Amino acid sequence: MTGVDVLLLALGAVAVGSAVLVVSTRHLVRAGLYLVVCLGAVAGMYLVLAAELVAWVQVLIYVGAVVVLLLFAVMLTRAPIGASDDLDRPGWPAALIGGGVGLGLAALLVDAYRWTTVSLPEAGNAERIGEQVFSSWVLPFEVLSVLLLSALVGAVVLSRPDIGATADRGRSR
Amino acid sequence: MRPVIPYVTAALLFGLGTYGVLRRRNAVLVLMAVELMLNAVNLILITADATVRAVLPHSGQVFALFVIVLAAAEIGVGLAIVLQLYRMRASVAVDTIPLGDRNAEAVPATTSAAAQAAGSEPEGRR
Repeated sequence: MTGVDVLLLALGAVAVGSAVLVVSTRHLVRAGLYLVVCLGAVAGMYLVLAAELVAWVQVLIYVGAVVVLLLFAVMLTRAPIGASDDLDRPGWPAALIGGGVGLGLAALLVDAYRWTTVSLPEAGNAERIGEQVFSSWVLPFEVLSVLLLSALVGAVVLSRPDIGATADRGRSR
Repeated sequence: MRPVIPYVTAALLFGLGTYGVLRRRNAVLVLMAVELMLNAVNLILITADATVRAVLPHSGQVFALFVIVLAAAEIGVGLAIVLQLYRMRASVAVDTIPLGDRNAEAVPATTSAAAQAAGSEPEGRR
């Protein structure tokens, strides 16, 4: 067990523990805040695994943007502030399938890697990742920009009731 | 570095995300569980990038960046759908949505389409 392993174990324990709280807490807002802890711990694991740029992008986009959007959605749907009892469905099938998926995948990966050691590669900083993105992965990069544009247009169309109403009227005639 | 530690962490995160998607009733909490699953996939990609020596260097990290962009697009459209659902039904519980609503509207549309449209329009505008 080297220092890297201890760091990975500690960050992994924090990530899994806060993920358990995300899927089991009775407070909507606290679920969002536990999600911040979980995503931050995963970003720390990226840093340990020599993925600098991905770690900072994770902090910027996930912790910065996605969680803020989720908290906005919690507020806009007028969620109760305190604990609410009607957040969950009966849990047996969910526990069965979720536990089966998680433990099955874990058993598969443990069987594949046992307790082997790997030396860490050179860190993926912005220069190296940028070289790769703009030499080998240019086409997916451009396709992703089109996807982002279509998602933007889709979100605007979905959230404007006047556009949807005119489309419905045109279809019914 | 022992790659089994982040791999097992990612597998457990994915299982917890699956559990959350199936267990939660609130649509916003379902989206949070989906985020957990996407993070587990990203962790697998980053660990595979550190573990497996590929022809192209750092391709796992580039894939993780692409998945992060996909997650951002997904959460934008998903929250637009959730907010529209709340505007229509004043509730975001996913197990109270009638899945056969489209068919139920399509059948009387032939008989009294004008009355249906006039009746449902102010509700949609609200």
